[in-house]
Amino acid sequence: MQKELIIAGFGGQGVLFAGQVLAYAAMDSGFEVTWIPSYGPEMRGGTANCTIVIADEEIGSPLVQHPPYAVALNLPSFDKYEAEMQAGGVLVVNQSMVDRISRRTDITCIFIPANEIAEALGDKKLTNMVAMGAMLACLPELSLKDVQTALSNHLSARHKHLLPKNFEALQRGCDFAREHLAAQTAS
Amino acid sequence: MTRELIKGNVAMAEAAVRAGLEAYFGYPITPQTEILEHLARRLPELGRAFVQAESEVAAINMVYGAACTGVRVMSSSSSPGVSLMMEGISYIAGTEVPVVLINVMRGGPGLGNIAPAQSDYNQAVHGGGHGDFPRIVLAPASVQEAIDLTVASFDLAEKYRCVTMLIADGNIGQMMEPAELPEMRPLLRKDWPWATNGALGRPRRILSSIYIDPPAEEVANLRMLKTWLEIQKNEVRYKEYFIEDADFVVVGFGTAGRIALSAVRTARQQGIKVGLLRPITVSPFPFAVLDELASRAQGFLVTEMNMGQMLQDVQLAVKGRAPVEFYGRTGGMVPFPGEILKEIQRMATTKLSLTADPRQAWLERMLAK
Amino acid sequence: MNPEIIKPENAVYCRPASFTEVSTHYCPGCTHGTAHRLIAEVLDEMMLKEKTIGVAPVGCSVFAYNYFDTDFVEAAHGRAPAMATGIKRVLPDRIVFTYQGDGDLASIGMAEIMHAAGRGENITVIFVNNAIYGMTGGQMAPTTLPGQKTTSSPLGRDVELQGYPLRMSEMIAKMDGAGYVVRRSLHDPANIRKAKKAVRTAFETQVRGLGFSMVELLSTCPTNWGITPVESLQWVEDHMIPVFPLGDFKVSAAVGDIRI
Repeated sequence: MQKELIIAGFGGQGVLFAGQVLAYAAMDSGFEVTWIPSYGPEMRGGTANCTIVIADEEIGSPLVQHPPYAVALNLPSFDKYEAEMQAGGVLVVNQSMVDRISRRTDITCIFIPANEIAEALGDKKLTNMVAMGAMLACLPELSLKDVQTALSNHLSARHKHLLPKNFEALQRGCDFAREHLAAQTAS
Repeated sequence: MTRELIKGNVAMAEAAVRAGLEAYFGYPITPQTEILEHLARRLPELGRAFVQAESEVAAINMVYGAACTGVRVMSSSSSPGVSLMMEGISYIAGTEVPVVLINVMRGGPGLGNIAPAQSDYNQAVHGGGHGDFPRIVLAPASVQEAIDLTVASFDLAEKYRCVTMLIADGNIGQMMEPAELPEMRPLLRKDWPWATNGALGRPRRILSSIYIDPPAEEVANLRMLKTWLEIQKNEVRYKEYFIEDADFVVVGFGTAGRIALSAVRTARQQGIKVGLLRPITVSPFPFAVLDELASRAQGFLVTEMNMGQMLQDVQLAVKGRAPVEFYGRTGGMVPFPGEILKEIQRMATTKLSLTADPRQAWLERMLAK
Repeated sequence: MNPEIIKPENAVYCRPASFTEVSTHYCPGCTHGTAHRLIAEVLDEMMLKEKTIGVAPVGCSVFAYNYFDTDFVEAAHGRAPAMATGIKRVLPDRIVFTYQGDGDLASIGMAEIMHAAGRGENITVIFVNNAIYGMTGGQMAPTTLPGQKTTSSPLGRDVELQGYPLRMSEMIAKMDGAGYVVRRSLHDPANIRKAKKAVRTAFETQVRGLGFSMVELLSTCPTNWGITPVESLQWVEDHMIPVFPLGDFKVSAAVGDIRI
């Protein structure tokens, strides 16, 4: 088993942290995992991304050319990874930040108003967790519970009070995606 | 010990601390700065020495001074900074004192960029610093290996009184992987019989790379060669994947090696009998295993994040007995597994030349893209 | 000589214990020997021989490690202050000094000396300034005087083209990390005595942990100046001191309290 996932968005949207939470969850579940960020000056104000590879054996490449899974939190990331997605892949798109539909018919796109959901929860910084929750609906290897446990175990002490909100954000995202997918299957 | 998710640069820094690092001298440069930052906090809290030097030139000479006292000392940098350290590395080698260095390589030449590269292979393995001296060069491909090799590098440097350099790249430095750090070793300050730490109750000692009489310098150089032959005999490390029945062998170190593993696995699924040899010590280079493979493999593919530097060592080992092909990305570009897979497929389906220049053939394929 | 008078109590001169029993390689009339002796005497007086590590430079005094009976390391050209930093930081209870010439300290090693002083490294620097490159055969140094002829300024140093001499002590004295920075001369006995006291104060500064200390010593190079040893001593007085005035450029309050 090997699953590759890219999370991308503006610097400050919590892209790298979301990826790390996923990596922690994978590690705690006994998988091999790599997390690799874009780094350097392009991080300052530009688009950040990280690649996570989860496998049950020694991981070769930590980078992936055609990801089967991706989360795009802004329009530039949507433009970039929509084109690069593997056929049959799942792309979670932050609908709050994009103004168009997908041009691909061979991938599953889940458009989720992550900003609005996060704001409804009282903190726009939860956007990343909402989107991650949506992705988790499509990743059978990791459950929502695994990621919530990872958050509890690895969130620094001074941020521990934020756990309930983060859990809720993940749950809302996951629920949204499940409904979205169910509706798609029904139609 | 439990596994923790840890960044390569931080992992190497912490591994060094736990291996008994007493002093670090360095200068900030991307993509290795987390090593310096981690040690800036960690060493002072342990009462050990940390200095942010005014330049890499100064840093390596601070390392040189501390090494002469016999403590475990290191520096780290990235390609342009390591170039600045070359003078000091030569002096350290000539003085035969143990030093550990980490080069988190980036795209070059010149200022280049900060993306991952392996283009300092020749500088580390074959060149780098004037004069004739051996050096141990280790090439980790994962965070765990980076930890293990950092610890080992101190033992190797002390055992052979030489420079031991880890060549990682931006990928290894910036990547997080689950890994296990070693237990904290108690600080053991050995009273080496050569260390200049104050001549209290003993005859004074001199540490120097100067041998003003050429016959004495020749003796010193031959002594270093003898050490080097010992290193070659004892310290070669590599990892093999799917080698037993391989018709084709991919050879890659560090990041390029682990990326090749993905390609090799896919090729195996497609029925191509291909294996991977990943040198862990690139100096000493695993000549013997390549020599053995050359007598039975139908072809080699060397893959590197440079324009074919280790390639020449592979050719030296293969000695024209089998075709050696090359695929590289350069300037900070990192190959994807699919690119290497295509090369493997090409090798498995076309007649390969024993005499063609693999770099020229590769350049032509690159330019045709 | 009457063998009866060869008794320890009659000795007026002997080799300091901190010297090894070898002859130096310096040219006749060169003041490196004097500078060496001042250091050795001070190490004797302060009983520091067994805890001192010297750092030799590249230049005429490249072989300094042969002459002191202390541990010694040999630095790359100009890097002695960096090497000394490395030693002192891991062995803070040892005494670490560098011995550097003007090319080593003021040209190729400018960054290392300035930053060692800026960091207030608790090391002692003996800076021998003779306004010329000796070892390589008499080229222009950063401290070569305006108009001074050298093999690389054959018409005399033209300040329009080759710039002005650098006054290192004055520059280093400006830095907060410097505890003791003075310039002395070795051209006559009175000045040598003053130089000795400065060297002692510099080592006392280090022993007390009072920061960076440096003694600049104006020295001769009869061989490359192309004049006799006696003329060289006069030349220091007549030509060097006007450009490099003697004096105390930095004596921190704490160092000022040192009584020898």
